[in-house]
Amino acid sequence: MNLVLAKTDTGRAISDIFAVARDRLPGAGKIADARRQAFESYERAGLPHRRIEDWKYTDLRVLMRDVLPLAAAPDAAALKRAEAAAKAHAVEGARRLVLVDGVFAPKLSDVGRLESGLSIRTLRDVLEADDAALHAQLLAPDNSDAMVALNSAMMTDGLVIEIADGTALTQPLHIVHIASSAQPAAMFTRSLLKLGKTAGATLVESYIAADGAKSYQVHDALVLAIGDGARLDHVRLVEDGRDAFNISSSVVTLGTRAHFNTFGMTSGAGVSRYQAVIAVAGEHSRVETNGVNLLNGRQHADSTLFLDHAVPNCSSREIFRAVVDDRAHSVFQGRIIVRPKAQKTDAKMMTRALLLSDEAEADNKPELEIFADDVTCGHGATTGALDESLLFYLRARGLSEKEAQALLIQAFVGEAIEQIANDHLREMAIATAQRWLEARA
Amino acid sequence: MAAVQETVDRVRRIDVDQYRYGFETLIESDKAPKGLSEDTVRFISAKKNEPAWMLEWRLEAYRRWLTMTEPKWARVDYPKIDYQDLYYYSAPKKKEIGSLDEVDPEILKTYEKLGIPLREVEMLEGVVRPEGERRIAVDAVFDSVSVATTFQKELKAAGVIFMPISEAIREHPELVKKYLGTVVPTTDNYFATLNSAVFSDGSFVYVPPGVRCPMELSTYFRINERNTGQFERTLIIADKGAYVSYLEGCTAPQRDENQLHAAVVELVTHDDAEIKYSTVQNWYPGNSEGKGGIYNFVTKRGDCRGNNSKISWTQVETGSAITWKYPSCILRGDNSRGEFYSIAISNGHQQVDSGTKMIHLGKNTTSRIISKGIAAGVSQNTYRGLVTAHRKATGARNFTACDSLLIGDKCGAHTVPYVEAKNSSALFEHEATTSKISEDVLFYCVQRGLSQEEAVGLVVNGFVKDVLQQLPMEFAVEAQKLISISLEGSVG
Repeated sequence: MNLVLAKTDTGRAISDIFAVARDRLPGAGKIADARRQAFESYERAGLPHRRIEDWKYTDLRVLMRDVLPLAAAPDAAALKRAEAAAKAHAVEGARRLVLVDGVFAPKLSDVGRLESGLSIRTLRDVLEADDAALHAQLLAPDNSDAMVALNSAMMTDGLVIEIADGTALTQPLHIVHIASSAQPAAMFTRSLLKLGKTAGATLVESYIAADGAKSYQVHDALVLAIGDGARLDHVRLVEDGRDAFNISSSVVTLGTRAHFNTFGMTSGAGVSRYQAVIAVAGEHSRVETNGVNLLNGRQHADSTLFLDHAVPNCSSREIFRAVVDDRAHSVFQGRIIVRPKAQKTDAKMMTRALLLSDEAEADNKPELEIFADDVTCGHGATTGALDESLLFYLRARGLSEKEAQALLIQAFVGEAIEQIANDHLREMAIATAQRWLEARA
Repeated sequence: MAAVQETVDRVRRIDVDQYRYGFETLIESDKAPKGLSEDTVRFISAKKNEPAWMLEWRLEAYRRWLTMTEPKWARVDYPKIDYQDLYYYSAPKKKEIGSLDEVDPEILKTYEKLGIPLREVEMLEGVVRPEGERRIAVDAVFDSVSVATTFQKELKAAGVIFMPISEAIREHPELVKKYLGTVVPTTDNYFATLNSAVFSDGSFVYVPPGVRCPMELSTYFRINERNTGQFERTLIIADKGAYVSYLEGCTAPQRDENQLHAAVVELVTHDDAEIKYSTVQNWYPGNSEGKGGIYNFVTKRGDCRGNNSKISWTQVETGSAITWKYPSCILRGDNSRGEFYSIAISNGHQQVDSGTKMIHLGKNTTSRIISKGIAAGVSQNTYRGLVTAHRKATGARNFTACDSLLIGDKCGAHTVPYVEAKNSSALFEHEATTSKISEDVLFYCVQRGLSQEEAVGLVVNGFVKDVLQQLPMEFAVEAQKLISISLEGSVG
């Protein structure tokens, strides 16, 4: 393979995209400089490929080949289609914030009557305002990863949400990413959620396609800053179109006695990758990371998690389940690092994959890097098919093959879904899994 | 959980500054000019009286090596190696020896000091040996050449070929040609390619069909000369239904500069054959400030070519400044089995990046990986392993358990497993916590009145003992001293 040539080709195509899009990208001065630098670092690296260790199982040079041009701002027709999609995926009782083709759509969003202590702005407004501290926070994601760098260079819009100290939101926030363009295009979004001391919130993110959306690319980034004693519940549902790409990164930092509970479910998108960097920077904090991949056809989904324990007395739990059918490919990479000072860390990670077809593939890479001696850390990984004897037991009691399988799969993914704290959201996730199983039957 | 005091004391006792084999033997040696070039390769080949095809093979590897770059992915950190500042060939002077009596007495003394029985003393004196006592045939490699191989006659009677590989190239070219480089090709990796170009000696074993090798075979590697690299090459073939157990031990003098050891080991098993390969690696690890020590960059791989064949790797790693080593099994034959048992102890400034690869290609292949890493001082101890099942490997099974123990808060223990399944009937289990080792057995013990901890200790110790019992006596004693460490406070 001629990597040098491949790189220049992709490099050139995207250079044009950046040049063309530049006028539409918000922010001047330092922001524009940061964009240029980020873009240069993306250009140097090009799309990640299998020779880059973190991208070993998700070779974007093969899977994605090119970054598509920046999506045009949605027109009235597009917004109409998006509205229908947003309604179909509504979360009851949540405050909806809609991004259509990478641009905030105020008409589809619910930004009226904000609770006291809650502030919602668009990324575009924040980048164009003069707020160095917020800018620095927005630029926190590490551009050494090529796809993060690309996002840093191209980010067009998103949401900047701030929750004041002591404010506990009762209404969940729901950020909906909708693709509506009939033209193949890419959208670049970045959002920030800042929780003040002892604040509390629930954040739901959905990625969906409106009718007629064609092979689009989602390039998203999320920055979460969880203050001392604050709690964030986070649910992420990837239900993109089957020919779509979803490349998302998140950077999470926790203060002391903070609590972060996150759940991700990927049943959509042709190729998806979610990479999360969670830094536990304050003592006595807790992190629960759970995920489910439900894949079939030729889907490819990659969850890459990097959990960084830098201080003592924190705990973390990861539960990951993958159900892989047909010729789909599920990837889980989880790295836990326990730094020298992080004594009394309690970190556990369990990843399990269920292969339903002979051509399905599951790759697991659970890593531990431990530099402190007084810790309890562990990981487990299993891969296999459904247990024949359990199937037989259920068949013997009159269930059909598919019903028996569905029951076992439901129990299998249930372990991860049960960790969702919000009852309504948990029901939603269970319903999504059920739909997937019914479609199978 | 923190390590218990008893464990800490035991590890301190085997601290790097107490390296027992750090002496140097003063003998004259015959060296190739410093540096590496085609001429060096030709020089080594000529010294060994090699046929033309072998020289060509080496040169091809050398040319390939020039185009390669040193791998950087392992979690080890060392200053750049100047490959032109090494001697690639060093042999004790006085060559062409007919019997052991002609071997330089200084070298014999060296092996005596190391406790390696080169002289078949009892045999010569006609001492009656107790029935069933284990005997071991030894091939001793001193710097670049093999100095003595014992029990040649007895082995010959059984049909087993056990000789330095340099002799095998001359005497059994058809076998060497057929197998050399088929498991670890010359293009495999940077260090294997370098080895293919400049390897000087090593052992060659061929066990004919249906033969169970009558004794343990062993090679003892000793680096003596200053500034030399040691590049040995071992090739072991077990033909249909054959069995052989092979052991390897390594030591080197205490020196302030780092020395390179880049070996290649290839194992081939045909139908129903079995090879058991054990290593006690105790190269000089450097002093307590991290000065000196051996860079141990080794490629070891076994190929279960035949059905129902088995390859088992056992390693006790205590030495070397840096270890970069992944004994692997390619499970090609149906129902073949691969095993990897490892105990890796790092102390002082040692860096270990070791593990295994189990590549399941055939049907109903099984593999088992048990790895115990113990890190103390300011060392870094990494387990890196790959388990993969290909599309056609129906019924593949793997069980992996890797546990690490940290002693002190300045060292690090890391686990980097890769688990890749491309077949739905493959069943892979990977565990990295002591408490999770076979819940059933634990339950059984607890039910009979043992505490949870006692039960874990029983299960784990029972297993470690099993590994040790695989080793021959003199190795087992040494290894036991090194690893009789409480497994309390393990982290996965």
